Amino acid sequence: MTHLAVPKTYKLYIGGKFPRSESGRVYEVTTAKGEFLANAAKASRKDARDAVSAARAAVSGWSGATGYNRGQVLYRVAELLEGRRAQFVDELTKVDGLTAAAADKQVDAAIDAWVWYAGWADKYAQVAGNGNPVAGPFFNISVPEPTGVVAVVAPKEQGLFGLVSVIAPVLVSGNTVVVVASETSPLSAISLSEVLATSDVPGGVVNVLTGSAAELAPWLADHSDVNAVDLSGAGDLDWSDLQVKAAQTLKRVREPETGEVERSVERVTFFTETKTVWHTKALI
Amino acid sequence: MAASQTSFLDYAPAPESTSILDLKDSYGLFIDGEFVDGTGDAFTTISPATEETIAEVVAASRKDVDRAVAAARKAFDGPWSRLSGADRGKYLFRIARLVQERARELAVAESLDNGKPIKESRDVDVPLVAAWFFYYAGWADKLDHAGLGPNPRALGVAAQVIPWNFPLLMLAWKIAPALAAGNTVVLKPAETTPLTALIFAEILQQADLPPGVVNIVTGAGETGELLVNAAVDKVAFTGSTEVGRAIARSTAGTGKKLTLELGGKAANIVFDDAPLDQAIEGIVDGIFFNQGHVCCAGSRLLVQENVEAEVIERLKHRMSTLRLGDPLDKNTDVGAINSREQLDRIRELSDIGEAEGAERWSAPCEIPAKGFWYAPTIFTGVDTSHRIARDEIFGPVLSVLTFRTPGEAISKANNTPYGLSAGIWSDKGSKVLAVADKLRAGVIWTNTFNKFDPSSPFGGYKESGYGREGGRHGLAAYLASAKEGAR
Repeated sequence: MTHLAVPKTYKLYIGGKFPRSESGRVYEVTTAKGEFLANAAKASRKDARDAVSAARAAVSGWSGATGYNRGQVLYRVAELLEGRRAQFVDELTKVDGLTAAAADKQVDAAIDAWVWYAGWADKYAQVAGNGNPVAGPFFNISVPEPTGVVAVVAPKEQGLFGLVSVIAPVLVSGNTVVVVASETSPLSAISLSEVLATSDVPGGVVNVLTGSAAELAPWLADHSDVNAVDLSGAGDLDWSDLQVKAAQTLKRVREPETGEVERSVERVTFFTETKTVWHTKALI
Repeated sequence: MAASQTSFLDYAPAPESTSILDLKDSYGLFIDGEFVDGTGDAFTTISPATEETIAEVVAASRKDVDRAVAAARKAFDGPWSRLSGADRGKYLFRIARLVQERARELAVAESLDNGKPIKESRDVDVPLVAAWFFYYAGWADKLDHAGLGPNPRALGVAAQVIPWNFPLLMLAWKIAPALAAGNTVVLKPAETTPLTALIFAEILQQADLPPGVVNIVTGAGETGELLVNAAVDKVAFTGSTEVGRAIARSTAGTGKKLTLELGGKAANIVFDDAPLDQAIEGIVDGIFFNQGHVCCAGSRLLVQENVEAEVIERLKHRMSTLRLGDPLDKNTDVGAINSREQLDRIRELSDIGEAEGAERWSAPCEIPAKGFWYAPTIFTGVDTSHRIARDEIFGPVLSVLTFRTPGEAISKANNTPYGLSAGIWSDKGSKVLAVADKLRAGVIWTNTFNKFDPSSPFGGYKESGYGREGGRHGLAAYLASAKEGAR
């Protein structure tokens, strides 16, 4: 007896749940050779707005957690990703037409990125912060804090690693994320969402939209409750228009990346705000 | 204070002499190391305290702006980027010393042109200008330690547009880090306060700064627009959120690096366990310093409900002793409103405050017959939805709201699209630290207000802009890491 496979329905990931697009829209995801693989959800404006609401609701909990705690939560993502390696290799070979070795290497890179960024959670403030020697009787300190809700356009290439390389650094400081996954390689994004959902990352901290980046990105850049926009993967879009939209509420904008996204602590600090506090000292 | 009353608070006039000034009747533009005639229309800068003309200046045209940018580009490609960091630093040290030497002259010119009390320009603005240049001078040969990795590089030509509230200080905040990082500059002072920037140009000549490294073009908004849209690599702006938005739109897609320091509506939170004597001084300093023409002014007083009556009574008493009048008088606490336009805006928003149901109280002071003046004013019974609790008034007008719990204070303080600054008054250190953590603002003063230092990063969250000025962080606005590559 042969076993008839049970294919997975790939849905969105919003607020810790896996809804279909409220629009009912899907688009076909095929193998590199054009064979049908799955119908991915094609997220709508309403889905994008729901994702922003979920991300906003998750800000206080995630940013309020200690760096030590956030670091362990992000490290656990790496642990779970390691355990589901075979599934990701399978998806990447099918969707992106990678060899098993290349897919394996990409999963390695994704796991290592989680580990690397996890370690920053309780350290980045020591690198980006400052004690300031002001000329007066004040204890003066500058510390970085998360910017808030960050909308991210993931790179088109490397469906898994590309996604991890842009969302992990944003999460380190306590931001929450609405990410538009690679349009052509969305399956590993949804599978990664399943990893996140079963890890300790609270619902709403990461929200994943699949569909048309050209359609979704302007809505997110326009949304008043988004604090920053990462256009790393938006090089092919009309990104200057996205910047114009973002200007309405003075969102912080990271411009498109040319080439592979490299890991850096600067990606962490870009999505932070520096708070300077002057504490008065008594004159004794 | 009515003039007829006599009390120990009646002082004889003590005006600072303007004889220290050696002003010209008219000024050109400072381009490529010398003053040149502009091709745009001339306009006058007046003293807001007397409405008398101080000097004629010129609105830089497109041609003038392009000429200034070309001079800055030539200086960047030429001498300035070939100079060692140590030598760049020496020029900045020279400038710091020259500012100190000519401090009194600069202070008098600032108070004359801007309307701010001489005690502020003399004791706050100008000393901080010198401090800013001195601080960043030392950074010029230490940029490897600025946090961008080894060998960070300058961006190129920086376009800098500054406001009228702290004319020379904002110039220093912009020029000092830009030059330390190795950029060249075209700066536009505000149209109502060009005077000290032009005197500063003379200081640059005395410092023998290479021509074109700093260029100063005067003019209004149109000149600023021409400048930010010219062939520059960096734009730095301090001013209103509305103009900041427009600049962010116009630089979109150009790759120009942008930093913005915009408006604010800061909460000044007074808990019932605050040291009230100091808190009253802090409230006054927070909103009446510089006539409230301060982007980080503590314009919303959040006072714990059980001490509201006492705080308001003491505040009114203190406000009654504020001396409004001649900015050049050494005893003046509150000077002139910078322009008729700004006075109109303050009046309009205050009238709206009254119309929306808040109760207005102004300090009883005599308003001079000429010039632009507004008596220090507070509004009580203000709701969070009132325009005077939401809009930046940028004048000596305080809106008073109340709260019962720290949680309520925090949510009211954060209930604004702005996020520049905040104040906290309490003698309980653990509470102060916890509240400071929760406020979404870039600068927080605890048991003090409106303190500035070149080593201390300043800048906003949310719609108060992005980027920091001051400290190591302030250098990042004018540098790219070696990795980012040449443009």
